[in-house]
Amino acid sequence: MEKNGTRFDGRKHDELRPMEAKVGVLKNADGSAMFRLGNTYAIAGVYGPREVHPKHDENAGKAILRVRYNMAAFSTKERSRPGPSRRSQEISMVTQQALSSVVFLEEFPKAAIDVFIEVIEADASTRCVGLNAAALALADAGIPMKGLVSSCSAGKVNGSVVLDVAGEEDTEGELDLPVAYYPKKDTITLLQMDGLTDRKEMRKIIELAISGCKKISEVQQKALMEKYAGGSNDRA
Amino acid sequence: MIGLDTALVRKVVSNGERLDGRMKDEYRDVSVKTNIVSSAEGSARVSIGNTMVIAGVKMGIVEPYPDSLDEGTLMVAVEFIPFADPLFEPGPPNVESIEVARVVDRAIRESKAIDTKKLCIKEGEKVWSVSVDIDVINNDGNLIDASSIAAVAALATAKFPLVDENGKVVWGKKTDKSLPVNGLPLCTTFVKINGTTLLDPTAAEFAALDARLTIGTLDDGKLCALQKNGMGGLTLDEIDQMVAAAEEKAEEIRGKIRAAL
Repeated sequence: MEKNGTRFDGRKHDELRPMEAKVGVLKNADGSAMFRLGNTYAIAGVYGPREVHPKHDENAGKAILRVRYNMAAFSTKERSRPGPSRRSQEISMVTQQALSSVVFLEEFPKAAIDVFIEVIEADASTRCVGLNAAALALADAGIPMKGLVSSCSAGKVNGSVVLDVAGEEDTEGELDLPVAYYPKKDTITLLQMDGLTDRKEMRKIIELAISGCKKISEVQQKALMEKYAGGSNDRA
Repeated sequence: MIGLDTALVRKVVSNGERLDGRMKDEYRDVSVKTNIVSSAEGSARVSIGNTMVIAGVKMGIVEPYPDSLDEGTLMVAVEFIPFADPLFEPGPPNVESIEVARVVDRAIRESKAIDTKKLCIKEGEKVWSVSVDIDVINNDGNLIDASSIAAVAALATAKFPLVDENGKVVWGKKTDKSLPVNGLPLCTTFVKINGTTLLDPTAAEFAALDARLTIGTLDDGKLCALQKNGMGGLTLDEIDQMVAAAEEKAEEIRGKIRAAL
């Protein structure tokens, strides 16, 4: 944050980076989507409902939802080692929970719904961008859902509360708070925080993140309309 | 692929046809787009029909291997992303993905397209490491060719990262200096099904193959790698014909890469 209140990349405090969303970007997956927020870019693909392997994971009462979040080795400035890390496993888990809250899992007893998220390029907020793509991919797969989930983060840079911390701000940021939000029920389905704040400021940060989620939701809905109202996109 | 019908593929091929209507020696449409990942030093997205891969090159400064103190290192890795195919599963690399990586690696390494001696910074102490990582985004067969095209295109666009006065890489800052690449070593793959040779096999054709041959070729007509796979055999004449066809086809694809650089 510069002294005169503008940010490194010229954004206002409540402004997201440029967004792009496309639905149906993979040929083989039952549902797929890409989501881009500035330089952070993820593709999500969904398979299912399909048979559960291994069988003992099966649930007689409802479908199981499995999520794998992964970062491409070349997605970061320094190469990231392929394979699951503690970080990626935690993100997979919280993403799974955020998505489970809106999917009608009871409709498909004994089935599996697999969501795969691949971060192609990372510049902060990869879990949010992955979740935004995953929600669209589930919708594209025709999985019945209560509604879309949208996700973004807000944080604090040099003492100022800002939306969507990214780029040069990331190294100077003292707090990051990613949120996933389900607008229809006005509920938060993912919430994490790194950094120090107080209750009053926390409210302000969460409110700002929710305002970002609402803007993202519009972009997601537009992407679904583009595919299902005639237009088509077939490139990841 | 869901509902692969190996018997149907074999029957159609026996009638001199292919399920997607192509000629035996016809390649699917190839598209190459470079510089698509700004976090990578070099990158490319390649499609062959419905097969799509993304390759990214990352560079770093490392200690050389004890047996080659004046040479940089080169590594190729391939990840089968689970959304690329309903049969792909998350987990450590399986033997299929390891083979793709090793064949692509071999073609590049043996061709000497990357002169690892030029990647030496200080003998015995510091050399450049070049990592080519390939994500398989959608699988419709022939992942070796797609990965090799993407790897070579990504290497050919790679720029060295900035190094500070203490000899440390400044991540995220690229220089104008290109990675020296001599030639474009490419892999071209054929399968044999019921005695018929097919160029650029789809996933369905892969599942039905008797034998497979991948041929690494270089711009000057040299061969840099060969890899046979499958239970069936190939005659010397068959191999010779495949090599001749591979040289011609790879040259066409090199044109597409050059146009994308």
